Amino acid sequence: MSPGGVDDAGAEAPGIRPAFSSLLEDSAEDLYESAPCGYLSTLMDGTIAKINATLLGWLGLSREEVVGRKRFSDLLTVGGRLYHETHFAPLLRMQGHLGGVALEMRTAAGPRLPVLVTSTLKRGADGEPLLIRTTVFDATDRRAYEQELLRARRAAEEARQQAEADRAQLREALAVLQRSLLPATLPDLPGVETAGYYHTASPMELGGDFYDLFPLDDTRTAFFLGDVCGKGPQAASLTSLTRYTLRAAMIQDADPVDDLRILNRALMERYTGDDPRYCTAVAGVFERVGDTLNVRLASGGHPPALVLRADGTAEYLSTRGGMLVGVLPTAQFVEASTVLRPGDTLLLYTDGLTEARVGPGRELYGYDALRSFAAARAPAGSRALVDALTALLRDFGEGLDDDTALLAVGVPATP
Amino acid sequence: MSILRRNNVRVTGATTGRPVVLVHGFGCDQNMWRLVEPLLAEDHPLVLFDYVGAGRSDLSAWQEDRYSSLDGYARDLVEVCEELDLRDAVVVGHSVSAMTGVLAAAAAPGRIGALVMVCPSPRYIDEDDYRGGFSAEDIDELLESLESNYLGWSAAMAPVIMGNPDRPELGEELTNSFCATDPDMARVFARTTFLSDSRKDLETVTVPTLILECEQDVIAPREVGAYVHAAVKGSELVTLDAVGHCPQLSAPEATASAIRSFLSSGAR
Repeated sequence: MSPGGVDDAGAEAPGIRPAFSSLLEDSAEDLYESAPCGYLSTLMDGTIAKINATLLGWLGLSREEVVGRKRFSDLLTVGGRLYHETHFAPLLRMQGHLGGVALEMRTAAGPRLPVLVTSTLKRGADGEPLLIRTTVFDATDRRAYEQELLRARRAAEEARQQAEADRAQLREALAVLQRSLLPATLPDLPGVETAGYYHTASPMELGGDFYDLFPLDDTRTAFFLGDVCGKGPQAASLTSLTRYTLRAAMIQDADPVDDLRILNRALMERYTGDDPRYCTAVAGVFERVGDTLNVRLASGGHPPALVLRADGTAEYLSTRGGMLVGVLPTAQFVEASTVLRPGDTLLLYTDGLTEARVGPGRELYGYDALRSFAAARAPAGSRALVDALTALLRDFGEGLDDDTALLAVGVPATP
Repeated sequence: MSILRRNNVRVTGATTGRPVVLVHGFGCDQNMWRLVEPLLAEDHPLVLFDYVGAGRSDLSAWQEDRYSSLDGYARDLVEVCEELDLRDAVVVGHSVSAMTGVLAAAAAPGRIGALVMVCPSPRYIDEDDYRGGFSAEDIDELLESLESNYLGWSAAMAPVIMGNPDRPELGEELTNSFCATDPDMARVFARTTFLSDSRKDLETVTVPTLILECEQDVIAPREVGAYVHAAVKGSELVTLDAVGHCPQLSAPEATASAIRSFLSSGAR
């Protein structure tokens, strides 16, 4: 109500005036003593010079016990006193004002009184600090609420740390499982240079790419590389079945098309009904004859292998027409062969490489770019080629969002 | 990251004379010396800095394990002295930094030639016959108080304060910005300070040492001052007619004049 409003009300309704006058009789002294908050004034050394009845009531102390006898910090808990000395007092000196500080006061009866304290420095005419005026608000309910918030924050922090630990554990378990789906190292073969690389798109997800390479006898070596549909545990289980089926099939029968057919049957039998699962794969065998490798391979729906020649060219070895493995009982797989001479290298890869997004337009990296990249490095040994591609994958950065497997087989150039 | 930037080092005062390094304690930053600074500036080059984790230091340089022991803070001090190639400097350390100064003097002999320990305490917690003035529970209470009071601190504003050392006015606009500290870092400093026990380190002091204590100081009571005085061989003890733990704010003239007379007499 505005002051003008009071007058109007008084003029028109005489009955209100007596009540209003009694309000006006609320003296400054009574306002100070019985205010709904605590007041105190201290000397610069903290000695209490004046304190109101409200605060004395809260603390259960008499004026005689306090005035001239206690310092402000004596009213605080020990922890609050430490805080007062290290933060409150210096800040007040520097700023002349300090507000909303949460402290606890000790009451004569025992329980602590949570309060919010605001202090102002009163300076003399010469600018020297004279005394400190302080208001004290009962913050019992607010502090209880804040304690709840703090508790909740601590609980959230603990949960976060636990979650982080769980994630680390899961990451470790996934890494172990992922490694179990790949050869720990590639075998050392006389006259042959091999190299493999596996990029996992996310450490929190098992990849669906796989490769392997293992000797069949003194001159022949089997190899395969592929990509199962999906990611995660389901894909890992499919990868495991695929890898061990192919491995067993190739040890038994070195015909790559037959091997993919066996895999096709195994996948069809294992994943029936509404859970069809499939993969793309290249499987092959190379045989060492003198200083050359005769390579036979078959593809089921997989991107074509790339052959780098000693003369600095790079061409795809077409296996067009090979179908996905695990979809049709009568799937067709396409065979191709080549001969690797000293300085030649065969590269198998998964589509993470060719389907990476590059440039500002986020275009597909593609087969042409891969061939150019390889040709620019040909002739290149298997290790050098895989290292160059690993660097390329790293350069893709966020453009590479899929797992990628690389496997290269070559004949070292004649010294 | 240069040390000068990392610790928000400020060099001021005289261009010649014996260098004085003013080291803040727990609870604030180099602002603590603002009233003493002009009183010493005429005769001494002054070096002020903030520990990593305090004031306008580079918070990204803070590591919990380093700043969980007083040695980590002492290393800040030593590294500042080395960076400025100080020789025979006087280290004026307030509160816990009186002990940091002791550690630094032992670690960098030659660089630190005298110590002024302002309201020192080598051990805050009572133990057997030793009276530090506090119990372990008291220290827990302090940590609670810290948690309840994020004075001037807000994570959102921190980058503004910390990222603009050349534009302090950005920080000044905040209330209580003088001593704004990341609460997590303040908690580590508090624990390190109040749970430390540096009594043995006092025996290592070989440089002239002045101990300044206040008539009444809840944090470093006079019996602790007497303990430090007895433990540091040849030290000088001056009791200031002041109340509280921060005589450099409540009695800057007396504090500065005690330091000056110590330096002009036997501090060599």
